[in-house]
Amino acid sequence: MTKLHWKIGTVLGLLILSFWLLYPGIEWYTKTNDERAKTEAMRMRPTRILNLGLDLRGGTHLLLELDVNKLDKKEQLNDAMARAIEIIRNRVDQYGVGETPIARQGDHWISVDLPGISNTEEAENLIGKTALLEFRLVNDSSDAQAVMTKAENMDAPPLNKDGTPTPEIAKLLPKGSGLFKAAPGPEGERTRYYVLFDSVPVTGAFLENARVATDQQFGTPNIDFTFNKEGGKIFENFTGANVGKYLAIVLDGVVHSAPVIKTRIGGGSGVIEGSFTMEEARNLAIILRAGALPAPVNIIEKRVVGPELGEDSIKKGVSAAGIGFILVVIFMVVYYKAGGLVADIALALNFVLLLAAMSYFGATLTLPGIAGMILSLAMAIDANVLILERMREEMALSKPVAMIIPTAYDKAWSAILDSNVTTWIAAIFLFQFGSGPVKGFAVTLTIGLLLGMFTSVFVTRVIYEFWLTSNPKELSI
Amino acid sequence: MMILIKKTNINFMAKRHIFFAISAVVIGAGLLSMSIKGLNLGLDFTGGTLLQLRFEQPVTTAEIRGAMSKGGLDAVIQSLSDRNSYQIKVKGSQENARETADKIISSLTANLPGNKFNEEKQDYVGPVVGRDLAKKALFAIILSFFGIIVYVAFRFSNPTWGAAGVLAIFHDVAVVMGAMSITNREIDLVIVAALLTIAGYSINDTIVIFDRMRENMRIFPKMPLGQLANTSVNETLSRTLITNLTVLGVVLILFVFGGEVINNFAFAMLVGSICGTYSTIAIATPLVYQWEGKGHRK
Repeated sequence: MTKLHWKIGTVLGLLILSFWLLYPGIEWYTKTNDERAKTEAMRMRPTRILNLGLDLRGGTHLLLELDVNKLDKKEQLNDAMARAIEIIRNRVDQYGVGETPIARQGDHWISVDLPGISNTEEAENLIGKTALLEFRLVNDSSDAQAVMTKAENMDAPPLNKDGTPTPEIAKLLPKGSGLFKAAPGPEGERTRYYVLFDSVPVTGAFLENARVATDQQFGTPNIDFTFNKEGGKIFENFTGANVGKYLAIVLDGVVHSAPVIKTRIGGGSGVIEGSFTMEEARNLAIILRAGALPAPVNIIEKRVVGPELGEDSIKKGVSAAGIGFILVVIFMVVYYKAGGLVADIALALNFVLLLAAMSYFGATLTLPGIAGMILSLAMAIDANVLILERMREEMALSKPVAMIIPTAYDKAWSAILDSNVTTWIAAIFLFQFGSGPVKGFAVTLTIGLLLGMFTSVFVTRVIYEFWLTSNPKELSI
Repeated sequence: MMILIKKTNINFMAKRHIFFAISAVVIGAGLLSMSIKGLNLGLDFTGGTLLQLRFEQPVTTAEIRGAMSKGGLDAVIQSLSDRNSYQIKVKGSQENARETADKIISSLTANLPGNKFNEEKQDYVGPVVGRDLAKKALFAIILSFFGIIVYVAFRFSNPTWGAAGVLAIFHDVAVVMGAMSITNREIDLVIVAALLTIAGYSINDTIVIFDRMRENMRIFPKMPLGQLANTSVNETLSRTLITNLTVLGVVLILFVFGGEVINNFAFAMLVGSICGTYSTIAIATPLVYQWEGKGHRK
């Protein structure tokens, strides 16, 4: 085995490795949509494949901000963030979306990608609801009754946007009580209000299960819930001590119903009634099961791409890039003949290796990512142009072929290295500070530059060295 | 052998004042436009809501504008003619993710009855995010420029060369920003990516010539700097043109056939790749000559 054999072996080995890495992706994307959906539902989606970004396949990207002001003082920010991410993941999983990258971003931001979902209202409700379930007693003193009547007949809403009562109401409220809005009733009816005690004996934290049930009398959807052992006991004692009073079921600060406690409730289960649609009830059951967020979240960024637009932008962008690619390949062969062909082979290999590397890392391809790919391929071609121009210069000095090739590579190397490294410096900073589209660009550019240096310098040289073993007299460039 | 250009012997350094003047005029025009019209900053930086809707029946921009003003919305409307779609943008700080989008939809359904539409795209950028994105983009640009200066200074053991290369990058970025302002095209995150591509590409070009100068200095230690720079530019001219023409071809195709989604990106790349080539030959190398003292080698 000579040194050259080892080099050829390395190149061929990498080529085989690339196809092996690409195979799962090819298999995945040649499946029909139904088959893919089925596999995703079973959580059997292959991980080491190239994913398409939301801009190419359609979907929703949300950036959420955890409202740290409403966080319990004793709770650490990092704990709360981890819990919030866990709970959001639970909700999304139960909702039945395929692969959903959910990640912490910065201090108190969470980014959620929902591929394939462009009905954002549903997604927002599913993710954005705090889902804090509370049981509170209704204050039915005469003072409280008066506040309720006043609140219901005011022209301006009696509650501020953040849920605190307006000053006018606040001074009337009995001590230890707060004003709560009721869930909206039938169209046209005035919003109703309740005055509830501040103490919260039982919360949703004690929930074990929640599911949709249909009301036996009216056929409307309700939510049945079950407490865990501890919660069941607390609930039993609490209802036992307060028979005859009204118990309000409050979800995210809104009263859904306030039935009278007829007897001590054992068995640890109950029903939330309200005017839900079937969809709403289903989603509510999901978020109750998944648990409450440690603090409310606000949507601070949202990007939705419909499935059609994604498909169209793929077609347009890819076909334009494809035409450009083919023209470059043709130009190289016409202008540099055999030398151009060698460069084209390296370019094709570069393309295959790049896709394989991105599949291996499970990277996501976005539109700017394609731009990064084009730039890295352009720089790989430029490296070959540099080498070929050097060869022509050396040829003009009528040197023998066996000398032209190593000299050309040696002389071209410093320019290739320096130009790649400078671009690479820019790409690294982009990767560090960029978000979303810029990051996608930086990822493909970084990987592409490294592979481009390899294919356009090492691989082409192996091809020339192999060709030199046949003792050629003339170089066709 | 196919040859694009024969061996040239153009005295680029002698024409440097003309080149500097041309660049000053072009950049000046861009700056003037930026100071009068400003930059058309996209949602990514201003915050706001964008809806792209595809209508089932033909509709004009004027009709949509009418519907928007009846709904009390100050919106920018852009038509995507190849698909009967419209982008409706309301810029500015909006605290609620759905509010503006809902307003746009309700004023369209109220004022254009019977014409249904599909939501193709919806963007909402909250005020905090816009500021954050702008800050990060600026950080990335400044740090990568700094990194490039340091690397070039190190590799060519001369900080003026690095500074000349980076000034050429600034030149290119300024020209592209000016062109974006003159044509009233929007600057969003994707354009930032384009600007950085241009910067990377421009410095790549510059370094190829600097590399040749470094090599020629070793071969001809007595040659005056002006002649050395001229020889190096002329020797690499054929490579410069071939590489840049191929890139220009690809970008031109993207610009013409790439569709409206990437049109702004392709435009920035097109302008950038033209002035990137120009700045290498006409700005970066002459600057080194200008600064290093004409005729004297240190």
